[in-house]
Amino acid sequence: MPLIHRKKPQTPPSEEVVAPDEDSQKKPPHESSSSSKTHKKSNGGGKWSCVDSCCWFIGCVCVTWWFLLFLYNAMPASFPQYVTERITGPLPDPPGVKLKKEGLKAQHPVVFIPGIVTGGLELWEGKQCADGLFRKRLWGGTFGEVYKRPLCWVEHMSLDNETGLDPDGIRVRAVSGLVAADYFAPGYFVWAVLIANLAHIGYEEKNMYMAAYDWRLSFQNTEVRDQTLSRMKSNIELMVSTNGGKKAVIVPHSMGVLYFLHFMKWVEEPAPMGGGGGPDWCAKYIKAVMNIGGPFLGVPKAVSGLFSAEAKDVAVARAIAPGFLDTDIFRLQTLQHIMRMTRTWDSTMSMLPKGGDTIWGGLDWSPEKGHTCCGKKQKRNETCGEAGENGVSKIKPANYGRMISFGKEIAEAAPSEINNIDFRGAVKGQSFPNHTCRDVWTEYHDMGIAGIKAIAEYKVYTADAVIDLLHYVAPKMMARGSAHFSYGIADDLDDPKYKDPKYWSNPLETKLPNAPEMEIYSLYGVGIPTERAYVYKLNQSPDSCIPFQIFTSAHEEDEDSCLKAGVYNVDGDETVPVLSAGYMCAKAWRGKTRFNPSGIKTYVREYNHSPPANLLEGRGTQSGAHVDIMGNFALIEDIMRVAAGGNGSEIGHDQVYSGIYEWSDRIDLKL
Amino acid sequence: MPPLLRFRKLSFSEDTVNPTAKQQTTTEKPKRRRAGRCSCVDSCCWAIGYLCTAWWLLLFLYHSVPVPAMLQARESPGTRLSRDGVKALHPMILVPGIVTGGLELWEGRPCAEGLFRKRLWGASFTEILRRPLCWLEHLSLDSETGLDPPGIRVRAVPGLVAADYFVPCYFAWAVLIENLAKIGYEGKNLHMASYDWRLSFHNTEVRDQSLSRLKSKIELMYATNGYKKVVVVPHSMGAIYFLHFLKWVETPLPDGGGGGGPGWCAKHVKAIVNIGPAFLGVPKAVSNLLSAEGKDIAYARSLAPGLLDSELLKLQTLEHLMRMSHSWDSIFSLLPKGGEAIWGNLDSHTKEGHSCIDSKRKLSQSNLHRQNDGIRPESWVKEPAKYGRIIAFGKRASEVPSSQLNTLNTKELSRGDDSLNDSTSCGEFWSEYSEISRESIVKVAENTAYTATTVLDLLRFIAPKMMKRAEAHFSHGIAEDLDDPKYGHYKYWSNPLETKLPDALEMEMYCLYGVGIPTERSYIYKLTTPSSKCKSSIPFRIDGSVDGDDDIYLKGGTRFVDGDESVPVISAGFMCAKGWRGKTRFNPSGMETFVREYKHKPPGSLLESRGTESGSHVDIMGNVGLIEDVLRIASGASGQEIGGDRVYSNVMKMSERVSIKL
Repeated sequence: MPLIHRKKPQTPPSEEVVAPDEDSQKKPPHESSSSSKTHKKSNGGGKWSCVDSCCWFIGCVCVTWWFLLFLYNAMPASFPQYVTERITGPLPDPPGVKLKKEGLKAQHPVVFIPGIVTGGLELWEGKQCADGLFRKRLWGGTFGEVYKRPLCWVEHMSLDNETGLDPDGIRVRAVSGLVAADYFAPGYFVWAVLIANLAHIGYEEKNMYMAAYDWRLSFQNTEVRDQTLSRMKSNIELMVSTNGGKKAVIVPHSMGVLYFLHFMKWVEEPAPMGGGGGPDWCAKYIKAVMNIGGPFLGVPKAVSGLFSAEAKDVAVARAIAPGFLDTDIFRLQTLQHIMRMTRTWDSTMSMLPKGGDTIWGGLDWSPEKGHTCCGKKQKRNETCGEAGENGVSKIKPANYGRMISFGKEIAEAAPSEINNIDFRGAVKGQSFPNHTCRDVWTEYHDMGIAGIKAIAEYKVYTADAVIDLLHYVAPKMMARGSAHFSYGIADDLDDPKYKDPKYWSNPLETKLPNAPEMEIYSLYGVGIPTERAYVYKLNQSPDSCIPFQIFTSAHEEDEDSCLKAGVYNVDGDETVPVLSAGYMCAKAWRGKTRFNPSGIKTYVREYNHSPPANLLEGRGTQSGAHVDIMGNFALIEDIMRVAAGGNGSEIGHDQVYSGIYEWSDRIDLKL
Repeated sequence: MPPLLRFRKLSFSEDTVNPTAKQQTTTEKPKRRRAGRCSCVDSCCWAIGYLCTAWWLLLFLYHSVPVPAMLQARESPGTRLSRDGVKALHPMILVPGIVTGGLELWEGRPCAEGLFRKRLWGASFTEILRRPLCWLEHLSLDSETGLDPPGIRVRAVPGLVAADYFVPCYFAWAVLIENLAKIGYEGKNLHMASYDWRLSFHNTEVRDQSLSRLKSKIELMYATNGYKKVVVVPHSMGAIYFLHFLKWVETPLPDGGGGGGPGWCAKHVKAIVNIGPAFLGVPKAVSNLLSAEGKDIAYARSLAPGLLDSELLKLQTLEHLMRMSHSWDSIFSLLPKGGEAIWGNLDSHTKEGHSCIDSKRKLSQSNLHRQNDGIRPESWVKEPAKYGRIIAFGKRASEVPSSQLNTLNTKELSRGDDSLNDSTSCGEFWSEYSEISRESIVKVAENTAYTATTVLDLLRFIAPKMMKRAEAHFSHGIAEDLDDPKYGHYKYWSNPLETKLPDALEMEMYCLYGVGIPTERSYIYKLTTPSSKCKSSIPFRIDGSVDGDDDIYLKGGTRFVDGDESVPVISAGFMCAKGWRGKTRFNPSGMETFVREYKHKPPGSLLESRGTESGSHVDIMGNVGLIEDVLRIASGASGQEIGGDRVYSNVMKMSERVSIKL
């Protein structure tokens, strides 16, 4: 609250007024003790000492600052909007206002399910170092504590690496209510825009509910520890009954999509394992599930996150300032600490690519084959963005199936040229590659140099092999993770083994509930390059504890190349590739399939990304990016129409810009 | 604090430039002239700069110095009990009272733009200063229905944040929550049942389904915490709100209840730990409704007469406040209940034995005992204070025997219709006073006194619309026959004298409240001279000039009794001390009740801020004794285990004197 601190001095307690005066008297001894101010007047500027000038200057700055602050506060609230409208022309009505004019009214209760990272977490019990943070946000808000006490923060945000639950003496819990995820950080909205628009047509706390959960835990553990699933069930039942029996519209975002898949399975399962809602619970309480940017089949980003605690952004940062992140600044070893922390979070493993080679492609093929990426400057190029089949493109198609490859040559080589040496049996060396890393727990130092070499020599990893790779480099973590998540494809969905909760969040290993009237939407952004595959290298740096890193100097000279800074990009919403977000609704659940036995209607609605025209627009109203899409007017309008009683055919069926249908058809999966 | 750093840096760079400049000014005369010209502005800047720097320095020191030993608070009860092995057992429900819960805006008029989901009530209250009329408009309810005015939706803030801090640094529930967390409570077994405290209790269900949500929440917490019953901790008005809930939840659905069935409370509720409960209402509510003022305002007025009544910035503060609070139904739930049987009639002085505890006159402590022995202390030579007269016009009316008082039949008074005189400057301001003729007002006020029963008639006369709305939701009598089917109506549910407690033998009922603070009990009013401009201004006000010469219980037109600054002991304690004790008609199953009083001890020094042994209405939530009791009950202890009754006041004696059929 710097504002308040600076305002207070206007009426300071008397003792403070005295103190500086005494100071001033000591420093310029020739000044008489009566009143230094009058002296200055009489002597003109002659006696202004250095300290005086400083104070004068500070005073000036403060006064100006207060004056500006006052002007800002006195300014009518609509002023910024007025300025924006003068510059960019009249803004379109927000969807809330527009639909209110059309006469839409709140009908169905709405449940929001936030994704990973966006939900706030607060401290309920902590170690000594976290004194005074009780019920303060550790995650979300201003993140002030990250700077003030970074190690303490990392300790509190980590979970126990054996159980995946709270460490002893630490309780960090999800913030509850709409505040949990309306803004991630001040001014950075997540759900706030959607909430505000829904409020226009009459929604309020009683018919809107944010199902906040601790997103670090595995889905079943949220129930074990916090009974989050039970609360969600009870809340949905309550809202449906208090809103005159109108079924709920569920709006999950990002990982919330998987969480809700898990919920739908859990709620119908009988008591000890499930919620005991009976086989028609979903049919009775849910009208529609409107998944926003859902990583149904996982995201490749999760692989690089777990493998080397980095992603495109980190890779780019590294390309700009090599060595910076690896050095021991303040002994923080930033990435290693982040890695240690994220590896204790079970939920990150829910986002690993699912379906293996069948979905994500093998050594020599991938569903997105032929996709070309456009450089930003070549937007006008008409061929750009269309599939390579037109024969126009000269660019080598990227082998997206090779999710991790060591070296750019390998990533591009023909499959026959690659000779993999199996790493799975390689003996883990006993020699530590780096002794200073022992205090940072990453399991890499258990592996030894031999193990690291073996990994690098395997050269190319497809989606299936990536899971094995993680099992090899982080056996403890994956052992914990595979108790909660599964990444395969079911051969026979009626197999009793699929009653295990670990399959419930994998759409390829569960059936949708028996609710023919329900609707499932997949809403996601397209038109932004999204990470799909990585080129790695061994890290030679002596003071780094993570032996692998993205090979950031792997580039194509061609602007149109999909390879940038060691990352192969495809179409998507910056985080989730189109394939993952759209495949289930576009194909695997469409009509009556074995994954969708009751033939629930599915809709795919894509939103083409168009970046904000100028800075005044903030994050834009037509964005397609993973989080910014929550402020996309078209998406908000779709959700509101459904919440007000519309259905999929009324809002316009499918809306597709990407090649999702074509890509889905290339996937050979029994339906 | 980036701006701060920026200032500092700049000021240092200024340092290096300055010495040369100084030399120049000393040598060159023209420069001196320039300095002289702007020296006034300079000096101001200089002074502000000094103050800022000093402030920052102190702030920096304050932050960098570790918490000094002197501030090291005593070990909190939570830490101590957690070491003793006390663990979270029963889920907890906190029910906030009136005023302490936050309210936020969901839909508003254009003047409230940009306040969406911002707190209008609670937090910093900045909007009052920035747009007072807009704020008043949004917080008022519809004067006909007692619900939202069209186009405005203000809703209770949900969750623990609703009432943990009322304004920043002014805790309400925060200390209790923190201590509960120490023994293992968290979001899943701790719930704040916030509700819109402006509405009548029944309307919270009609508009927001607050009662249904509370029911569902209790059931959920019961089920997810291993079928442990919940402990409910209501505060202030929350206590009667929860009484209403107890009755509502067992009433079948078709009769407007929650349909929980007759065993619901027995199955789900272990104990109700009422903190500072206003079971029988508070006299404060009367003065608030009559003239929108309380002890504090009367006191302020006696210090600076005329300030509050003058049309400062055309705000007419009190009138506006009155208009707003008259639209809140919930205030009527706090009117004194039980009439003269509880609060005394014109002649009775049920509290004559009571002595006000004034910190400066500890002597009166001994007076109390002497008085009880039948010896009159010197300070008690006059007629004993007649607390039964809740409102008296003039000091004389508050003291003379009842035979000398005018009797008032409100029915014969006409509500004047002389709108001709109505000054237009007050036209937009709604208060029903404008409809009453001056003569009637004078007649109402002439040498009269009102008891708890007749005060309701007075209110009915001066604000008929308001009372009509309110009396559809609340009742203030005593039931003759509790089995009368009319008591199935929801308006009786929040009156402990007109409902039975649920049939739950194992449930426990606690009354925890502070004692030792003078608490408003009755008022001496006077008529205001009507202002020439505005007739509709409030015609009555507390006569702040009336002080008991040697009567310490009368100060600034207000008579005080023992209590917690808001709720008199009789209101907080009577039900637990007598009305519900044992098997009575109000408590048919004979559930156990406990009275636990906490003696007020003002904080020893400023450093202690609001103290850990306070007994005042809100500060008691930080009282370590009370917190410890609550924690023990939450972890499974019964009333006997925490020590049964603990009484400092003469509540037991006073209750004895109250003669109602039990």
